[in-house]
Amino acid sequence: MPFVNWLKRHLVVIFGLLTLAYLLLPNVIVTVFSFNKPKGRFNYEWQQFSLDAWKQPCGVADMCGSLSISLQIAIWATIGATVLGTMIAFALVRYRFRARGAVNSLIFLPMAMPEVVMAASLLTLFLNMGAQLGFYTILIAHIMFCLSFVVTAVKARVMSMDPRLEEAARDLYAGPVQTFLRVTLPIAAPGIAAGALLSFALSFDDFIITNFNAGSTVTFPMFVWGSAQRGTPVQINVIGTAMFLVAVLFVLISMIINNRRNNQKA
Amino acid sequence: MSTLTEAPPPLAPTAPEKKPPRGRGRWTPYWLLLPGILWLIIFFALPMIYQASTSVQQGSLEEGYKVTWHFATYWDALSEYWPQFLRSVFYAAAATVLCLLLGYPLAYLIAFRAGRWRNLIMILVIAPFFTSFLIRTLAWKTILADNGPVVHALNSLHVLDLTNWLGWTAGDRVLATPLAVVCGLTYNFLPFMILPLYTSLERIDGRLHEAAGDLYAKPWTTFRKVTFPLSMPGVVSGTLLTFIPAAGDYVNSELLGSTDTRMIGNVIQTQFLRILDYPTAAALSFILMAAILAMVTIYIRRSGTEDLV
Repeated sequence: MPFVNWLKRHLVVIFGLLTLAYLLLPNVIVTVFSFNKPKGRFNYEWQQFSLDAWKQPCGVADMCGSLSISLQIAIWATIGATVLGTMIAFALVRYRFRARGAVNSLIFLPMAMPEVVMAASLLTLFLNMGAQLGFYTILIAHIMFCLSFVVTAVKARVMSMDPRLEEAARDLYAGPVQTFLRVTLPIAAPGIAAGALLSFALSFDDFIITNFNAGSTVTFPMFVWGSAQRGTPVQINVIGTAMFLVAVLFVLISMIINNRRNNQKA
Repeated sequence: MSTLTEAPPPLAPTAPEKKPPRGRGRWTPYWLLLPGILWLIIFFALPMIYQASTSVQQGSLEEGYKVTWHFATYWDALSEYWPQFLRSVFYAAAATVLCLLLGYPLAYLIAFRAGRWRNLIMILVIAPFFTSFLIRTLAWKTILADNGPVVHALNSLHVLDLTNWLGWTAGDRVLATPLAVVCGLTYNFLPFMILPLYTSLERIDGRLHEAAGDLYAKPWTTFRKVTFPLSMPGVVSGTLLTFIPAAGDYVNSELLGSTDTRMIGNVIQTQFLRILDYPTAAALSFILMAAILAMVTIYIRRSGTEDLV
């Protein structure tokens, strides 16, 4: 039975590709339905092909405003979390000090905590402090939950770094600042970049924590959430498709650059 | 995320300086830590304490709340909402098992069989992350629609008869049933399973497989005795990264489920943001946190990978 044998040999590949299909199916649906012209308020059933939504991506009231708020928050949260997280990661890898264990668990706990719990407790704090909920409370929350992910990403990179490289730099009369800028930072850069990218994605996409701490500010995920009850405009699918394409393009470009660099070295 | 599985370095990083660091140097780590740790203390640890105190308060929104050490809130909350708690644990566990079953072949495929397609498949696993997860979850409404091809196929294959009998679906539909919620949860957290699995599989030395083959192990035996045990760190961190967020999720059960599929996250959200019953909400989220921490601790002990975190 050659077919059965072939099936046996490729079983992993077949199941793997099925999972990949499961993973990508919603993205296909989002793309297809961005060309739909729905009859009612809800864009869940296919009616008719149309380019209307692509011609006017900002044709829905408040949607692009929420998109810009989300972008601003994501950018600031990324900067904040990356700077603070990188500092912590360096301290943890490079120095022995008291309370290292406590610091490590304080970094780990936010990642092991259900989002609802963090969201609710942060809201309790803000309510007790009488803080005005809005842009800044969202930003504070986002920096808080992105921080741990940056620390883990940077730590992994700095840990695998050969300390002799820095000793070599010092032997060649580089000052501490020079050593850091010319040797340490470039080597740690991929870890920092990974942490920053992760922060951006996490912050831009966060719904649960934002929902609790946003007050009347509406981020893009919150707009999508609201529209699920009121009726989803086709433009949401346009934005979703565009985000997917931008991500793929971005990763492809970075891979091409990486390949070139490796080829040059070889 | 995948970095959770990062192995400790072979040597202690940077041997301490021979001469004791003097002056400013001794304080450098503390200055580096200060801003970030303060942030976490003020906006992560302190809120937990506030929440603990809120959970033992009594009063009303108009008159204000006072700490009265009213522990009965915990008892009341638990006796009223235990079905939602059980449901959350059950759905999250089901989603985690499904993620492991679905994710393992794909992670294995990327690590050992993909060849030059490896990078492309990796991109396709990560890229959906950048499309808002809410938009993608809403797409499941279209996929699982009552008159859609998926429901028709499941119906004609008599799968729905089976799931109806199990109580996972009701009648001729999938939307607004537990099956839809578990399907959404599985989908949402699948990448969190695949990435750690991939990192630990990728580290396995291919020569071990050859050695197993040379010793006349069949492929399945090789997998059972060599590959799977070596991928345990990935399995453990993958299951944690799917189970924990899935147990606290309320988005999937709100968008794809019905009132019969409400999870504990939905209850906390409603109590906090709509009913404004802060003590009950605080008690509920404390119980959820404690339950998850307890389960995770036991699980990590059991699987013997304590050095993982």
